[in-house]
Amino acid sequence: MSTLKITPLVGLEIHVQLATRSKLFCNCTVEFGAKPNSRVCPVCLGMPGVLPVINKRALDLSIAVGLALNCRITRHSKWDRKSYYYPDLPKNYQISQYDLPLAHDGYFEIPSNGSMRRIRIRRAHIEEDAGKNIHDTPGCTLVDLNRAGTPLLEIVTEPDISSANEAHTFCTELQRLVTYLGVSEGSMQKGHMRFEPNINVIVEHSGVEYRTPIVEVKNLNSFRAVRSAIDYEISRQVAGWEADNDYVLGNRPNENRGWNDTRQVTEFQRPKEAAHDYRYFPDPDLVPVEIDDHWLQRIRSEVTEFPLARRGRFVAQYGLTDADADTIVSDRATADLFEAVLDTGAPVSIVSKQFVNIWLKIANARHTTMAQLGVDARRMGELASLVQVGTVSPTAANQIAERMPDTADTPEALANSMGLVQVQDIKAMEKWLDEVFAANERTVQDALTKPKKASGSIGFLRGQVMRVSGGKADPGLAGELIEERLKKMSE
Amino acid sequence: MRHVALLARLKPDDEEVARLADELSAILAYMGRLDELDTTDVPPTAHAVPMVNVWREDKSSASLGVEVVLANAPQSQNGFFRVPKVL
Repeated sequence: MSTLKITPLVGLEIHVQLATRSKLFCNCTVEFGAKPNSRVCPVCLGMPGVLPVINKRALDLSIAVGLALNCRITRHSKWDRKSYYYPDLPKNYQISQYDLPLAHDGYFEIPSNGSMRRIRIRRAHIEEDAGKNIHDTPGCTLVDLNRAGTPLLEIVTEPDISSANEAHTFCTELQRLVTYLGVSEGSMQKGHMRFEPNINVIVEHSGVEYRTPIVEVKNLNSFRAVRSAIDYEISRQVAGWEADNDYVLGNRPNENRGWNDTRQVTEFQRPKEAAHDYRYFPDPDLVPVEIDDHWLQRIRSEVTEFPLARRGRFVAQYGLTDADADTIVSDRATADLFEAVLDTGAPVSIVSKQFVNIWLKIANARHTTMAQLGVDARRMGELASLVQVGTVSPTAANQIAERMPDTADTPEALANSMGLVQVQDIKAMEKWLDEVFAANERTVQDALTKPKKASGSIGFLRGQVMRVSGGKADPGLAGELIEERLKKMSE
Repeated sequence: MRHVALLARLKPDDEEVARLADELSAILAYMGRLDELDTTDVPPTAHAVPMVNVWREDKSSASLGVEVVLANAPQSQNGFFRVPKVL
C-alpha cells in the first residue's frame, strides 16, 4: 500500500442567516434569545389559510452576496416546497428554491499556500430556517418556533476544495465577506453560519483511481469543527477503502454523518436521500421574482469593496505589511476608520503603527473594536501628527491614547495636561544626560571603547534619558546629544 | 407505491397498497392525457396567475403571544410545544 496517492474532494453547503429585522415570509421579529414561541404568528405556525409574502430586504441582501461571489443572478426565479417531517417546521414543508436558485455559477477566491485559489460556486438560494427541537427532556421533544421562518441563504460550492485547511479558510473568508457586506451578522455563537461539507477522496493505486462514496457531514457550527470533521473523514474513508476495496462510489451508498465533538469522530446517521425524495413542487402561494437591470445596478452600487481586495490595496497603496493590513481590514468599520484617519492628512507610517501597536491593544483590553473605542478619526489623526512633528514621543503617544477613549479632549490638550510635551530645551536635556551618564558608567565606557557595542549602548542610554524624563524628552534630540557628548569624551 | 407511502410516513397494509396502486395508476393515466396537447409554443410557467414581485418591506410587528400560540397545542411545557420524542 505504499503507492497510494490521496486527493480529497470537498464541497461545502453553507447556510448564512440574513440580517433582516423580520422573518422571510411574515412580520415576526428575528431575535436571538427571545422567550420561546414569543416570535411566532399564524404564518410561521403553518396555520391553514395564511399567505406568506416575501421580505424584499432578504432579496436585496441575497443579490449582494450573489454579486460578491461573482455569480450569475437568475432574472426569473421562483419558490418551491420541500417536504419536511419534523415538528420544528409545522407546515410539513420548507419554502426553498429548487431549480431556479437566485444566484448560480460563480466563484470565490481564497488564499491558499501563498497564492489565490478559485473555488467555484454552484448556486445560492434563499430558504426559511426551521425552529428548534430540544431533546433534553426524556420521552418527549420540546419545540420553540421563534427561529422558524428566519431567512437563510444556502451557498453551495463545487467540490473544488482539496483540504480541511482550505475549507477552514473558505469559511472564515466567507464570514468576513458577509459581515463586510452587512448581509449577515455572521455570529457563530448565534448560529448565523452553519456548514455541511460533502467529502470523498480519490485513492490512486497502481495507476488506477478509486473514488470513495460521498459523505455529507450535517450541521457543523464552528470553523474548528469544519476542519476536524473533514480531516477525520479523509482518514476514515482512506482506511475504509484500504480495508475493503469495494468501498467505492456506486458500490456503497452515500451517507449522512454527524460530528461528535466530544469523541472527535463522525457517526453514521442515514443513507442520503435522492433529491426527488423531497418531492419539490412550486409553491402556489408565492409569485415568482423577476430581477431587472435597474435592480441589479442598485445593489451593485451599494456593495462595497470586498475584504480581500481591500487588504491587497492597503498593502499596495499604503505600504502596509500583510500582517498589519490583515489586522486593520479584519472588520469593515476599523478599515473605514483607518482610511478616515489618513484623510485627515496624518502620516500613514505612524497611523499604521498606532493602529496595530496602540489602538488595537486598547480595544482588546476594553473588549471592543478599534472603531468602537469612541475616538474619532480626527483625534486619531491629531495624535499621529503630534508624533510626526515631535511634540510628543511615540511612548508618550501611547499614554495619551490610553486616556482618549474616556475624554473628548484633543490629544494636544492631553499632552499638555499630562506634562508629556517633549522637552527640546537643551539645558533640561543636559541635566537628564548628566544623571544618566553618572548612573551608567559601564555602558558609557562600552560605547566609547567597544565599537561593536556602540549603537546598542547609545540606544540604551537614550532609553534611560526617556525614562528619567518621564517620556518628555525628544528621543531624536536625546540621541544627538548623547552622541555629541560621547564624541567629546573620546577626544 | 410502498416508497411513496414511506415518504408520506403512511403505513398502508397489503390490501390498501393493491387498491391505491390501481387508483394511482388511473389518476396518472388521466393526467397523461395532457401529453396529447401540443405545448411547443407555450412558455413554461410555475404559477397560475400572471403576477411577479409581490413583496413586503422588512418591517416587524407584534407576534401572537406565547399563550395564544400554545392555545391549540395538545401538550405544552414551559412555553414550548411538547411533542412525542423525535429521533
